[in-house]
This record gives sequence, structure tokens and C-alpha cells, in this order.
Amino acid sequence: MIRDTETLTQLIDMVERFVRERLMPAEQDVAEHYRIPEDIVQEMKALGLFGMTIPEAYGGLGLSMEEEIHVAMTLGRTSPAFRSILGTNNGIGSAAIVFDGTEEQKQRFLPKYASGEWVGCFCLTEPDVGSDAGALKATARRDGDHYVLNGTKRFITNGPVADTFNVMARTNPDIKGARGISAFIVEKGTPGITLGPVDRKMGQAGSLTCDVIFEDCRVPAANLIGREGEGFITAMKVLDRGRLHIAGVSVGVSERLIDDALAFAMSRKQFGVAIAEHQLIQAMLADSKTESYAARCMVLETARQRDEGKNVSTESAACKLFATEMVGRVADRAVQIHGGAGYMSEYAVERFYRDVRLFRLYEGTSQIQQLIIARNMIRDAS
Amino acid sequence: MKILVAVKRVVDANVKIRVKADNSGVELTNAKMAINPFCEIAVEEAIRIKEKGQADEVIVVSIGDKACQEQIRTSLALGADRGIHVEAEDGVQPLAVAKILKALIDKEGIGLVLLGKQSIDSDNNQVAQMLAALGNMPQGTFACAVELTDGKVKVTREIDGGEQTVLLSLPAVISSDLRLNEPRYASLPNIMKAKKKPIDTVTPADLGVNTASGLKIIAVEPPPARSAGVKVADVDELISKLKTEAKVI
Repeated sequence: MIRDTETLTQLIDMVERFVRERLMPAEQDVAEHYRIPEDIVQEMKALGLFGMTIPEAYGGLGLSMEEEIHVAMTLGRTSPAFRSILGTNNGIGSAAIVFDGTEEQKQRFLPKYASGEWVGCFCLTEPDVGSDAGALKATARRDGDHYVLNGTKRFITNGPVADTFNVMARTNPDIKGARGISAFIVEKGTPGITLGPVDRKMGQAGSLTCDVIFEDCRVPAANLIGREGEGFITAMKVLDRGRLHIAGVSVGVSERLIDDALAFAMSRKQFGVAIAEHQLIQAMLADSKTESYAARCMVLETARQRDEGKNVSTESAACKLFATEMVGRVADRAVQIHGGAGYMSEYAVERFYRDVRLFRLYEGTSQIQQLIIARNMIRDAS
Repeated sequence: MKILVAVKRVVDANVKIRVKADNSGVELTNAKMAINPFCEIAVEEAIRIKEKGQADEVIVVSIGDKACQEQIRTSLALGADRGIHVEAEDGVQPLAVAKILKALIDKEGIGLVLLGKQSIDSDNNQVAQMLAALGNMPQGTFACAVELTDGKVKVTREIDGGEQTVLLSLPAVISSDLRLNEPRYASLPNIMKAKKKPIDTVTPADLGVNTASGLKIIAVEPPPARSAGVKVADVDELISKLKTEAKVI
């Protein structure tokens, strides 16, 4: 539901220009140094990019899902690391409070996320708990007006730079499944938090992740988000929105890969002509374009339905499944079109080929999306 | 003091332009449009002057069909205070533009006019000069530095072979060159807030200006494609070709 096309166009134009003029030239530097230059982070904050999805009442822009998807697709045209630094504040790091926080929690945390003064992160995954998130082991024991948190959280995006941790922990040890889980907001500096070393990854260099370990970490009871035992429901709502966002980013990256592959194919000559003239190259270009366009349409349509208040759990999972698998194929073809050059770090497609691999894994693997889709289908039909 | 800035809607500088099949002009269907880059620099300069407390209001005007309100909105998002849309058919020629601006200066009581030195579509580079002549105002064209002091404005101009500094009394007309400043990005919150800033719409007739043009474009053609170069055997042949064929030495 785009409230005002003209304003949205301006907003997208600005983001597009920022991506082209500031972020794209810095991609290689970020990849080599594993960090986003501080001046770029500050610019992103000044531009309001950290608060796009935070409601306007709390200093954000309150973008609708469709508007957010347009921005995600635009940001997708550059290294995913840039999106990652602002992704948690706009998504999994803040969404739990937006959805289920108390008014006091909203007042206290959301304006700081919106300005980028604080970076939030989302702590669900554990060393032994990934797809089966309902089985998580971290505990939160009530002790007077505090909860005492214990457990290790793994692969926490923006963990190394986070000011707040949105932690899912088991408040009721008698309930093994999802209903024993509650959501908390934990501030940096609370005694008992230890950060592991920054993870080394296949791609997305510059996007920082680490283990976050809680040892007898005392959190005020006022920092419980929603009610005890409802943390898993909150987490699933958070991920539901996140899936659509990742699908949007995947579309953006696929469009960038197609641009790069097309430009290369039109300038590279073999057998006396630009390789874009060769039909087997054309087939790869056409397949990539078609799939990318299909994903774009899917994601926008689902975003619109979500803005209309429809339950899009199945459709969001379908978008995540299709768009992330699609961008994997598009990245593969982009490397193929580049030939040997595509294997060289000098070309962006080599980096994106590794970067996009993550999209099929996080916020629910492709296989988990398949389960969500199929189970919803069966449930709706029975 | 009020500053008036004129912005023109042009094809985005990053778009690869094509000439229409019938040579009547440039293909604009689906082309991304933007503020003329020189005009954007003028907007930025006006906002900086206001931020220094040397101006009370920055008014942005654009002349053209309804679509050019987009460029006014962009200027408002950058920090201008209000907009004036002079609704006219596209392709108003420089003299008529200068007359419209002259009428607005009189109507609004403008102290300083900031313009881009030329637009990247028609490249006329005429409006600032014509406006200064019509209004009998001093002009500082191709500005690379602007400084307001004691009711006057010091303008450093880029000229062939160096720079020239002129001191102008107000009201004055300044046209910006590329190096005057680097325009900011409008922040997302400011883009949202710009929606609420006012844009007035007037017609050239309201301002007493006739925009009919005596100029007719006969044909627009793309520049000839660059032909392949040749390899020369030695320096002597190079010099000989430069003299006899290229005729540059």
C-alpha cells in the first residue's frame, strides 16, 4: 500500500543514488577490510536508513511492507554487508518491540533504533538449535523483579556492534517446546554478557556476526517483551516479515548481477563478436531476467497483500524460497557468463556468488520454507 | 532576504539518451528524470546560505508541465522552504524563462537569484545573463564560490585561464558552475516532511509573460559515432598526419 507514489519515488531515487555514488564504489574496500567505513555508517544514519520501518510516532518513517520492499530491492543492488548493518534495526532487531513491546519499551528503545544511535540484534539461533528453534536451550529464570539468563546464541548478526540484544530464552523448563519460550530485551553492558570472536564467513564480508554468551545475566523483568511463554510467537512474527525482506534483497542482488553480466557480455568479444551475440549466452541472460522478474512480482504482490492485512505466511515463505534460490542460479549464470574472469576477485560477480549463498540459509532455510508452505497448504485444506 | 532558485526537469544524467526515430527530439518515454545537476548545486548553495543565517527563505521555482513538481519536491526535501510551479508546456525558451523569473523577483521581493549555469539537455547557458539584463541586476556567472558580506555578494567565477572574483550589490543573479559545492542527499525523514511544504501554481499569463517561441527545432540528430583510429609507423608520420590531416599543429 503505497501511500504516496511521488514521495516513494523520491525516496527510492535518493537511496538508489546513495547506493550508486557512495556504496558501490566502497564495495571492494569493505570486502578486503571486513568492515564498513565509519563515515559511511554515519551517513546512513543521517539519511534515516536505520529507521525506515520504525513507526513514525517513534522517530522512524513507518514504511509499509511494499515501500520497505522497494527500498530492500534498491539496497540489494550493492554488497549485502551494507544492508546488514542497518537490517537489524529495521527488522529482526527491533520488530519484536514494534509488534509486542509495551508503550514504555517502545518509547525507550525505538527512537534510538530509528536514529541509529543504538544497533539492535536478534538472538534466537544456538549452537544446537537452528531450524528447530522451538527446542532452544537458553534459560531465563525468574528471580524477584529480574530474570537470570543463561545460554549461548550463535551467528548473531550485528552482535559485535549491538547495543541491545533481543533474546529468546526458555522461562518454563517444564515445557520443552515453543510455549516455554519468552522474549527479552537485554542492554549492552549488563553484567554476564560475553561476545565471541567475530565469525569468519564464506561471504558477506563486513557483515559482522558472533556468538553471544549469557552467564547469570540479570535482566529487569520490565524487559520482558510481551507475556511469558509468548516469545516464540513473537519470534515467528518477526521472521515472517524478515522473510519477505530477504526475498526483496535477493531480487535486488539478482538485478545487479544481471546488469553486471549483461555489461560484460556486451563488451567481451569472442569468435569476433560480443559474447552477448551468442545464443547460449543470450539463453542465460534471458533465464536470469525472467526469473528475477517473476520474483520481483511475487514479492511486491505479497507485500501489498500483507499491507492489506491478509495473512501471508505461506506466500512469504514462497517468496523467500523462490527469490533466494533464484538469486543463487542468477549468480551462478553471472559467473558463467564472465567465464574465467568470473572466478577472479576483481569482478563483483565472484563476491556476490559467495554473498548470496547465505540467503538460502538464514531466516529459515529453503527446506524450512518448503515445510511451512506445504504444512499451511495441508492445514488450509483439511 | 529571500533567495529564488530555478530548477529544471531534465533527463537524468545517468540515462543513456536516444534520439527519436523521426528526429524530432530526444526519446523521453520511460526515461528517468531528475533535477538538472547545475540547478541542484544552486539549490544546495541557497540552503547553505540560509543555514548560515544569511537568508530568511529559499523559494524554488520550476517551469513546465505538472511533472516538474517532482523536482520542486526534491528541492524542498533538500531544505528549500516553498515552491512555485509555473505551469507551461515543456520547451519554454530561455528569454521567456528569464521574463518569468523577472516577474517572480518583482512579485516576491527577491534579494538573490541562484541558477544553474546551463541545463544538460539544451545547454543554452542564457537564462542568468538574460535575467540580469532584463532586471538591470549585476551578474556573477559560472560561480565556484559565493560569499555574502555586508549586503553584497562576493562571487568567484571560473573563467578561461583561471578565476575572477567580483563583488555584486544585491539583488543579484548568480549562476553555479560544477565546483561550487557538492549537493547533499536528502534524508528520508526530510523527503517525507517535504510533502507538507507548500507549492503554489501560477501560469505565465498570470505573470504577464507570453511564452510563444520564435524558435523552431527542425531536427535533432545524435553525434556521429567515433570512427576507428589508425596506427602510425613512427613519430614523423604522426607529426605529418597531425599537420596535414588533423590540422591541429
